Amino acid sequence: MAHLQPDSPYATERYADTTRSVEFKPDAKAKFDALLERYPTKEAALLPALHLAQEEFGWISPEVMVYLGTLLEIEPAKVFGVVSFYNMYNQKPVGKHHVQVCTNLSCMIRNAYDIYDRCLEKLGLQPGETTKDGRITVTEVECLGSCGTAPVVQINNDYHENASVESIDKLLDTLK
Amino acid sequence: MEPIKVLTKNVDKPNSAAIDTYIAGGGYESLKKALKSTPDEIVQLVKDSEMRGRGGAGFPTGMKWGFLPKDSPMPRYLLCNADESEPGTFKDRVIIEKDPHLLIEGMIISAYAIKSCPMSYIYIRGEFYKGAMILVKALEEARAKGFLGKNILGSGFDLDITVHRGAGAYICGEEMGLIESIEGHRGQPRVKPPFPAVVGVFGSPTIVNNVETLSCVPLIVEHGAEWFKSFGQPKNTGPKLYCVSGHVKKPGVYEFPMGVNLKELIYEHCGGITDDLPLKAVIPGGGSAPMLTPDEIDLPMNFDALMKAGTMFGSAGIIVMNSSTCIVDATWRMSKFFAHESCGQCTPCREGTNWMETILDRIERGGGRPQDADLLFDMTDNIGGKSLCALGDAACGPVASAVKKFRDEFMYHIEHKSCLPGTKRYRRLDMPVGAH
Ligand SMILES: Cc1cc2nc3c(=O)[nH]c(=O)nc-3n(C[C@H](O)[C@H](O)[C@H](O)COP(=O)(O)O)c2cc1C
Ligand code: FES
Repeated sequence: MAHLQPDSPYATERYADTTRSVEFKPDAKAKFDALLERYPTKEAALLPALHLAQEEFGWISPEVMVYLGTLLEIEPAKVFGVVSFYNMYNQKPVGKHHVQVCTNLSCMIRNAYDIYDRCLEKLGLQPGETTKDGRITVTEVECLGSCGTAPVVQINNDYHENASVESIDKLLDTLK
Repeated sequence: MEPIKVLTKNVDKPNSAAIDTYIAGGGYESLKKALKSTPDEIVQLVKDSEMRGRGGAGFPTGMKWGFLPKDSPMPRYLLCNADESEPGTFKDRVIIEKDPHLLIEGMIISAYAIKSCPMSYIYIRGEFYKGAMILVKALEEARAKGFLGKNILGSGFDLDITVHRGAGAYICGEEMGLIESIEGHRGQPRVKPPFPAVVGVFGSPTIVNNVETLSCVPLIVEHGAEWFKSFGQPKNTGPKLYCVSGHVKKPGVYEFPMGVNLKELIYEHCGGITDDLPLKAVIPGGGSAPMLTPDEIDLPMNFDALMKAGTMFGSAGIIVMNSSTCIVDATWRMSKFFAHESCGQCTPCREGTNWMETILDRIERGGGRPQDADLLFDMTDNIGGKSLCALGDAACGPVASAVKKFRDEFMYHIEHKSCLPGTKRYRRLDMPVGAH
């Protein structure tokens, strides 16, 4: 099995590499254990455990899938099925700042595509790509539930509402 | 009609999310009152209020609660649907971020009424990170005051609430998708029946209710069913949050009694159309609702009136488009959404939504074929009612209505390979379409 680089487009098809196994640090493990108390089945803790793992490791690598599968007694293939179903779990590393531009209808008709295009052009990226320095990833996303303040750009966990090409342009410069 | 401040009475207060602010405004008094009644009395009260669910389908809440099997040995679950993923909808977020204790109080009372097991879940969309953190904090405050936990206020009733974050999937707003997602699975809806009230989460009888629905419950307990019915029209009762977005001068969340006139809402309360252009189309109930034309909007915004008008009230997410909008492009954008969000389980929806997106895109790019308008219309007939869950029907709402009501514009686009003069496309065709 060839080793693919994490940023390879085929990274998600990579098999787990047993020499690169991962583990939660003690405080994250404590959070994980606390999660299990909240559900009647272990499996039900998978979504929150994946969120936790993404916070810890930055993305959900095949090794993370195997690790969580072992902890929760779920087949790694099933974990992969879940990871690939949901938009928010990164199957490859993303930049330190994940710029997510909503282009759904209410944002679109308030010029969201101009913002999206500006982000891509300014950084020289294709959709979903990360800058070479690992700083910024730009993706297009669906309605963020904030259409009253459209257009909306989500950067990591924060919403930037009533955005404009100018405001996002400036913001991109400040993302270190 | 004047705006009201009933559900939103706390949201403008400083520090509105804090439990002390909530209690100072009379909060948690309804819980005390409810715990002195029997669960069945609360169910009856909600039935009497004629409240219909605010999540989209408008199902009478009390009746839903009444469907729980009386003799099942299984525990019962109450799930709060805070997925808020219907395009054009942003009302639950106001309650979650500005008045989380209203929702929590509503959940405790509702859980008591349906004789829930000691754990309840709020399924909140993953993107609402801020809202989830506010809820987590509010739940801690409520535990510290004894409103959650064992033997709540000496009533013998136990309940705790867990915030469960979704991870970016519209279909998890559908109640069966939501249930699958809480269990740790892909959010692929199960076939109904059995309905969640009989077999829901963890194999148990389950009630799924929307944030706004549950937030109405403390108000009903406090003021009574008759008071609730004094807002709105028969069978369409209560205060209601309306989300207005798109081409209006003052977009936002507005609270009115059920049944505010749509035209009045757009032109008087939202300041009219941007750039003072003529109105072109309105989606009245979230992205799945069929579009209305300007001559169709003089109607009360409630479940029955919109159903009669051939569309739906849905989540009361009103998306307004002015005359500059290319309707083919707008319809394409909704189709792209549904194609992306189809869970992939059943063929009519998985294939059909993708084909609708492809055809709309080719019309927009000047490659439309003369038969495409009919083809699109025909497709909606082959998806609608034939998919496993309501996402298939949802995807057809905008397409069927746009093709029917703006047929001339579609034909113009196909024939001239460009937008109708005076309308514009909001994207550049030379840019790659996002892989997300
Ligand atoms: C595709 C689809 C998406 C839905 N999304 C949501 C949603 O985001 N929030 C919500 O409350 N209900 C949503 N619903 C409706 C739920 O299935 C369910 O009817 C509702 O949560 C019940 O709550 P209620 O009785 O309080 O309205 C959706 C339904 C469908 C078919
Ligand atoms: S359309 Fe962008 S937040 Fe809803």
